[in-house]
Amino acid sequence: MTAQTIQKSKNGGRLRLWWQSVWSRFDDVPLLGWLIGALVAVGLEYAVGRPFAQLLGMRKSPALFGFLFILKEPWLIPSAIVYVAVMTILPIAALAKATASFANKTATALLRASTLLSVAVHLILLYAILYIWCDILPYRLIVVKLTLIAIVITLSLNVVNGYMGEFSCSHPGFISLGAYGASVVTILVFDDPSPWLFPLALIVGGIVAALGALLVAIPSFRTRGDYLAIISLAFTFIIKSFIENLEFVGGPRGLGGQPNWASLPVVFIVTIIAIWIINNFVRSILGKALNAVRDNEAAADAMTVNTQRTKMTAFLFSAFWAGVAGGLLAHVLAFINPASFGLQKLAEVLAMVYFGGLNSVVGSIVGAVSLNLLGEMLRPLEIWKWIVIPLMLILMMIYRPTGLVAFKEFDIVALLQPKQTTKGEQ
Amino acid sequence: MPLLEVKHMTHFFGGLRAVHDFNLSIEKGEIRGLIGPNGAGKTTIFNLITGVYQPTEGEILFNGQSIIGLQTHEIASLGLSRTFQNLRLWRHMSVVEHIKMARYSKITYGLVGAFFDTPQRRREEKEAEEMAYHLMDELAITHLAGQIVTNLPYGAQRRVEMARALATEPDLLFLDEPTAGMNPEELAQMMDIFRQVHKEFGMAIFLIEHRLRVVMELCDRIQTLVFGEVIAEGTPEEIQNNPKVVEAYLGKEDIH
Repeated sequence: MTAQTIQKSKNGGRLRLWWQSVWSRFDDVPLLGWLIGALVAVGLEYAVGRPFAQLLGMRKSPALFGFLFILKEPWLIPSAIVYVAVMTILPIAALAKATASFANKTATALLRASTLLSVAVHLILLYAILYIWCDILPYRLIVVKLTLIAIVITLSLNVVNGYMGEFSCSHPGFISLGAYGASVVTILVFDDPSPWLFPLALIVGGIVAALGALLVAIPSFRTRGDYLAIISLAFTFIIKSFIENLEFVGGPRGLGGQPNWASLPVVFIVTIIAIWIINNFVRSILGKALNAVRDNEAAADAMTVNTQRTKMTAFLFSAFWAGVAGGLLAHVLAFINPASFGLQKLAEVLAMVYFGGLNSVVGSIVGAVSLNLLGEMLRPLEIWKWIVIPLMLILMMIYRPTGLVAFKEFDIVALLQPKQTTKGEQ
Repeated sequence: MPLLEVKHMTHFFGGLRAVHDFNLSIEKGEIRGLIGPNGAGKTTIFNLITGVYQPTEGEILFNGQSIIGLQTHEIASLGLSRTFQNLRLWRHMSVVEHIKMARYSKITYGLVGAFFDTPQRRREEKEAEEMAYHLMDELAITHLAGQIVTNLPYGAQRRVEMARALATEPDLLFLDEPTAGMNPEELAQMMDIFRQVHKEFGMAIFLIEHRLRVVMELCDRIQTLVFGEVIAEGTPEEIQNNPKVVEAYLGKEDIH
């Protein structure tokens, strides 16, 4: 433990101290170790989860770590806790610890061989975990897909609202443009489309959204601050009414029957590509220029940064990924209607960005995953869900105004490093 | 041919004449000073030349080419860099990121490189980083490389700003009151830095300054600006003994 964390733990309560002492036992576990642990845990659940759940008096395995029982069947909560402890937490912890030295050696060897290989191995493990976990209960599959899409949406909005520091409200508009753009390609343009068309459809969706972004950007980027917020909010409503009056895509009734192409591997791959490209962009000098424009535009200008082009590029880039995510969303749900891309969608997306953390790729991932899972977990609360989630947001704004993991760089290579060497230094 | 030539530049803010018939000619490698009381229009002249404002009348030639109508970042890329009177650093960025950012116009990898992490991008980012470390060495701020600028003491922030301005590889450097708010020790260090960078990079410097000591020691020639008009021009000694300058700074002596 560094001096800083000791200082922090002194300030915290006894619980925090206990938590930190537990956590410090896992200091030497690299990411690879956690993935191995999780893989074995989902394998275990796959093999004996169902009978074990029935033994504990549940009809089937708890889908999302038992949270769905909280209101529906509260007497099952102890069973759910036991289930999650035995099926998830204990095996992951035990295996992560047991395999730590093996995982560290493997991680070192992989990184030495090639970074790309190491990334690939980690991704394959992650995908295998998700695949098996989703295979246990079909409900989990849709949750995972929607969460992955939410990551792309949140990240793309973070480029504008976090990295560039403008407040854009037009994301629902971009998502719906992308969703309709991609759906038109797969449903209306081709009679008998082949699945190979799907990447093209997604790109079309992204480009349609980027063109929409151009419409917002031209009038609003001449001014700063609140104006973009207002114009972009108006844009969201304009797009909604526009599609409602567009008869060939079904108007307000919506558009259904998208081919079932957005399978888990497709959504997973698109999400990984999006994270990779966006992370590359924000870490380059061209992407860092966004921060310079946000923090002081005059200084950025004087330091040779083409501020207009920087802002425009980032805005279109952000809209493009929102459009791609919209295309995926349409094909996951196989039905879209204009009403679902209104204010509520905007609130959801903004909440994920600000909850997770501004100016941070990790933050966006954390925000999208946590709020999405939370939304699903709190589903039994029904309408009360919309009191709990905003309340959490308010608390967040009071205690951590920039979000959970704000202003952090996402260094993939650092993430894959083995952990033993750092222990040796201490 | 002079490096920078300003001819008959006049500027109005609405009905207020901020700068009147300003002429300037800076040669390569020269250090030029601009002094004058508060509100005389010194910073306005900087802003006019660097393209923040467009002059109402007049001509500005940089390396023989007219730069009126060019955008600020275009003028900066031509080799005209500046620092600001009230430090304009980027508050969420680290020192090394500041200096790398000023390499923006030298980046050729484009969006493809930014999105896909191409070998060209890696090479150029590495070059920018090496340049940044070189400049940080020059200004003795290497140990602060990873720090966020808002956490730094004022003198260090001034150095960061200087390093950032140098990273654009300027032929002409505008310094807007670079020693404002410094204590005597920091001032002496800063003067050494000016001499050092001038010697090493050989660029011309155009300096706005209040402290007579700085101007007297550094500048080859000085202009004095009062109410937007140049009232005196000459070597430091000439300016120091010019009655008009004394009057502008201290007021007229009335003997009864």
